[in-house]
Amino acid sequence: MHWEFVIPGYIVAVVVLGTYVLATVKRGRRLSKQLPEGKRRFLDA
Amino acid sequence: MTTIDTAGSTKDATATTGSKGTRMLGAVVAVGFVALAALALFITPPEATQRDAFRLIYIHVPSAIVSLYIAFSITLVGSIMYLWKKSVFWDLMAEASAEIGVIFLGLTLITGMLWGRPTWGTYWIWDPRLTSTAVSFVLYSGYLAVRRLDMDPTVRSKRAAILGIVSFANLIIVRYSVQWWDSLHQGQTFDVADTQMDGIMLFTFVFGVIVMNLFFGWLLIHRFRVAWLEHQIADVGLTEAIEARRREGVS
Repeated sequence: MHWEFVIPGYIVAVVVLGTYVLATVKRGRRLSKQLPEGKRRFLDA
Repeated sequence: MTTIDTAGSTKDATATTGSKGTRMLGAVVAVGFVALAALALFITPPEATQRDAFRLIYIHVPSAIVSLYIAFSITLVGSIMYLWKKSVFWDLMAEASAEIGVIFLGLTLITGMLWGRPTWGTYWIWDPRLTSTAVSFVLYSGYLAVRRLDMDPTVRSKRAAILGIVSFANLIIVRYSVQWWDSLHQGQTFDVADTQMDGIMLFTFVFGVIVMNLFFGWLLIHRFRVAWLEHQIADVGLTEAIEARRREGVS
């Protein structure tokens, strides 16, 4: 009963969070390539 | 930071925002989410009055806790520390945490609306809790918009920090809205002294909160590293521009 609300809720959670994870990781990879190694991490800087 | 893999070739360990620690944490979170979905959707029984719609609690409340209590608190601390110490670390931490907080708050609103339809008969009503939460979403979206303004970075960070502090005041209204006014939204779900839940439902609820908080930790590390990379790129660009101007002056 009410699965028509529950399933979309969980699908939205997976899609929203999954998309954000992928976007953040890809953004990090792209930015990392633009810097020398020593400047890429806060603790290494 | 360069490592040598078993094949003997060199690998740059900082070519991504990941590290050994975050990969392990990521694996734990991924397994945790699968277990949470199994518990929430198949193992826990339906609630006595709300039936299966109650299953949304296992993502709705953990998302709200992460955004309203954890993420925006870090933004508050980061904003104060930036204004006090002019710390770049805290400035970037505040930005990273606010962005993740907005994502989780958006998820809280969507899952809340989906839960509201079968229990209240409507997706949305201008109830004190819902309205104050929507105001928070707008305030922190505004905070993120300020962070993207094309202006002097120091002025931008200062204005964002002030907004980060002011926006937090609304969270007190969100927290106590169900007590201060007549609200359609239920009161506090989880109280350590009186949980009003037991057995597998309570376990799943607490497990969801733990998994969501671990996921927030994983995201915060990656998002902070992205912010740090952007800051460093801007810094390198500025240094190169100054050197170019110097060379122009010499020639």
